[in-house]
Amino acid sequence: MYDLIVVGGGPAGLAAACSAWEKGLKQILIIERDKELGGILNQCIHNGFGLHRFKEELTGPEYAGRFIDMLRDTGVQVMLDTMVLEINRDHQVHVISAANGYQVLEARSIVLAMGCRERTRGAIGIPGDRPAGVFTAGSAQRYLNMEGYMVGKRVVILGSGDIGLIMARRLTLEGAQVLACVELMPYSGGLMRNIVQCLEDWGIPLYLSHTITDIVAKDGRVSHVTVHKLDDNRQPIPGTNLEFDCDTVLLSVGLIPENELTRAAGIEMDPRTNGAVVYENMETSIPGIFACGNVVHVHDLVDYVSAESERAGAAAAAYVSGTAPEGGTIDIRNGADVSYTVPQRLRPGNVPKAADIFFRVRRVFKDSVIEVSADGAPLVTYKREHMAPGEMEHILLPRKLLDTVDASEITVTAKEA
Amino acid sequence: MVRELVCIVCPKGCRLHVDEDNNYSVTGNSCPRGAEYGHHEIKNPTRVLTSTVRLDGGLYRRCPVKTDRAVPKGKLMDIMAALNDVSLQSPVAAGQVVLANVCDTGANVIVTKSL
Amino acid sequence: MTNMFDVCIIGCGVIGAAAAFELSKYQASVLVLEKENDVAMGSSRANSAIIHAGYDPLPGTLMARLNVEGNAMAEDLCRDLDVPFKRIGSLVLAFSDAEKATLETLLDRGQRNGVPGLKILSAEEVLQMEPQVSPKVVAALYAPSAGIITPWEYTLAFAETAVLNGVELVRNAKVTAIQKGADGGYRITTTAGEFEARYVINAAGVHSGEIHEMVAPKTFTVKPNRGEYYVMDKAECFRANHVLFQCPNEDGKGVLVTPTMDHNLLVGPNAVGVEDGDRVNNTAEGMAFVRGKAELSVPGINYRNAIRNFAGIRANTDRDEFQISIAAERFIDLAGIKSPGLSSAPAIALEAMKLLSQCGFRPEKKAHPITTRKKVRFRYMNDQERRELILRQPQYGRVICRCETVTEGEILDAIHSPIPPCSVDGVKRRAGSGMGRCQGGFCGPRIVDILCRELHLDPLSVTQDGAGSRLLLKETKQVGDEF
Repeated sequence: MYDLIVVGGGPAGLAAACSAWEKGLKQILIIERDKELGGILNQCIHNGFGLHRFKEELTGPEYAGRFIDMLRDTGVQVMLDTMVLEINRDHQVHVISAANGYQVLEARSIVLAMGCRERTRGAIGIPGDRPAGVFTAGSAQRYLNMEGYMVGKRVVILGSGDIGLIMARRLTLEGAQVLACVELMPYSGGLMRNIVQCLEDWGIPLYLSHTITDIVAKDGRVSHVTVHKLDDNRQPIPGTNLEFDCDTVLLSVGLIPENELTRAAGIEMDPRTNGAVVYENMETSIPGIFACGNVVHVHDLVDYVSAESERAGAAAAAYVSGTAPEGGTIDIRNGADVSYTVPQRLRPGNVPKAADIFFRVRRVFKDSVIEVSADGAPLVTYKREHMAPGEMEHILLPRKLLDTVDASEITVTAKEA
Repeated sequence: MVRELVCIVCPKGCRLHVDEDNNYSVTGNSCPRGAEYGHHEIKNPTRVLTSTVRLDGGLYRRCPVKTDRAVPKGKLMDIMAALNDVSLQSPVAAGQVVLANVCDTGANVIVTKSL
Repeated sequence: MTNMFDVCIIGCGVIGAAAAFELSKYQASVLVLEKENDVAMGSSRANSAIIHAGYDPLPGTLMARLNVEGNAMAEDLCRDLDVPFKRIGSLVLAFSDAEKATLETLLDRGQRNGVPGLKILSAEEVLQMEPQVSPKVVAALYAPSAGIITPWEYTLAFAETAVLNGVELVRNAKVTAIQKGADGGYRITTTAGEFEARYVINAAGVHSGEIHEMVAPKTFTVKPNRGEYYVMDKAECFRANHVLFQCPNEDGKGVLVTPTMDHNLLVGPNAVGVEDGDRVNNTAEGMAFVRGKAELSVPGINYRNAIRNFAGIRANTDRDEFQISIAAERFIDLAGIKSPGLSSAPAIALEAMKLLSQCGFRPEKKAHPITTRKKVRFRYMNDQERRELILRQPQYGRVICRCETVTEGEILDAIHSPIPPCSVDGVKRRAGSGMGRCQGGFCGPRIVDILCRELHLDPLSVTQDGAGSRLLLKETKQVGDEF
């Protein structure tokens, strides 16, 4: 019987395990399906990680390395090359591996840290031929950074998510021509520094409110794409076509939390995040099962993943030690222009000094406020000079304030100041 | 000449104006870090380069590397060319120097992942 | 000179493969020529994946008889050859009195065609069986014998077993000319060399008209017709328990909604005549049409859960009938095989044997031909079976495709199967890897890796699918690379 089983050995799982160890759990197991720890950070060889967490700029492997080093000083056990097939509400974890066969493991608590996957061409329905040469940015990144292969020489990138932007620079550095980055929305989904350093540095045009409307193949490989400007209803405007002769299309069109295990376990899901509904301590609807990182909601910075996961690990330790949350529950609703919140539920009696609430806004804001209200009356407001959908927002709701709330739900709203 | 650029120090995205003829003085910033960024970015733009080099005998066929400090933007492609001549043998340790003072930039290229 | 085969089959779609399988039970030397780098590369891999009951074709046609016969044969064949198949039954939904009248016509046709168990259901009965169907439904024709199948596996099962029985399959062999030789055989020129055979079977699908005309005067014209589809994530599978058709009208059989053997939901197709029978592109209009029509049967399908679009080509002709006949001396057409071709395939193969016999080819049966096949499919196993499997062979304990839970052992089985795949999609069709929600994003590089390791390939030569569809264009970090 383990005190804690962590499903996934990426940044979320590593931080959760380290923090649970620090809080006194002894029998901790990380299950990782890959041959090494670190998850997707292993292929994110660019720098820019860790500014919040370590106050310095690290590459992905370096950031993962810091946590792997930390883990080495603990007694946390690791199973690599092992796949979790099923978890259930009795805290059983079914796993298989070539080394150990089929095993059913049991744990007092579980942290889900499976991360996310990329949206594909099929999910967004790009018309045209279906040749080789259409890759998700992350697959191309793996081929390039770990296997040492170029997926293309003349590339059009659809979507301005950070992985796509990073790949625009990587491919350019490796000698490819990136012809354009095409974004459906009127604003970029990526960080400003990536727009500047990955596109503008290299003269790669960014077409906002545009999309790929046709992919043409020649001899089984992409040979041409057509791009159209979109009207306010995101419909292609006839006559605005841009034509690109290229051999590759990279897709950076969003990430989806990987929650098949979560759903199969019967854990309550939030259709807005595609992740589990969680409480202030990252506990899911099944007591003793926690979730953290991109499996809960897609983060923009790994630093926030680490912080959230440390809370989950600590909460798992508290659960195992028998500390049960007391008192009532407050649901957090999203008001105007807020697309989701994590956590979705608060138990004020279980909030230490303040509850960290993460969310994303639906549009770009200048000089705005975030308002938290109960029964239509504002409780507290937070000023923000700038907010954008590509950047996660968060607020700290003080325990003192929560203790005064009588309502069963509070609402988070974004609006102009 | 006054050059315009977007500040990337924080997500706010201030529009900076940098006067090249006036000691690269910066306006449009809302914090000192923005002024420093604008000044530096126009006068002598630098970047940390991250890339890979060939690796034999490791878990993967490429090993990630970076320059241990920012290098002039204009030197990035020269450094990329220099990396083509590098071939490492596993094991390598994070921090290990691959190329010292690469392309006379004063920066070392170092391994970023033990493999 | 090349040796003379008894029979040459041109085309290794489901029809060619079924004919090859049937012939492989006899003492005959059989050659199958396929223009692509794998079998099932045309209509056979991109269709509705349905074994139709057989109420659609007009009574008295070959299509009617062969559909009903083929449907009846499917169950035993799929059990013996280990092909995923399930008789889940179909419903033709009617949404008006006029459409209800159409159901009566179909019922009558079906009964005359010998389709078992047909029944007209009331709206209440339909909604009980299919709670997600539009409440506007007024009645439906229920056909319990209709089934769903994995069509490329059907083709592979026939072809692989035929190969194990000694049939020679040559891929990348596009037939460019057929001449009658002096010795009573046919001389067949292909992109992979010349071959000779006494008898020729034309199973070239959308190209069957061209092959026919190499030997005989033109008697029919192939009119390629494209249909577009959505494949939905398993999360949408709950929307249909049966194959849900709409009433056929001037546009064809209408858009269907059906579960697949791997618990996805399949939605489509439209029907558009096209010039190029090899181009299977999706169009914005076609995809919108499919979504719009499907909404009438099953409202509320969530297309955010789409995982793939595809399009297939029907080998339609200017005739409302399969073109199955002796087209020239010792030359048999299994041509113009449109819907319900997949359903009819094994019956068409028996028909081919009859026609060969009429041409004078009557080989002896083999004493013990192979007629069964067994595959490991980890995802369909229970815990105990999985436990024992990994104990026996640890490679089944390493999951390569995490969406569909396909293991390294199954990938290796596929790579070392009787018709080894040479592409990532070739592995996909055999093992099921990359079929899921991430569409091979995660397992693609790993499968390239295993393919290269097992077959000693250069990663730069591995294709996604057909010839030319290279995945990787260049190795990085080569000395002397210019910037």
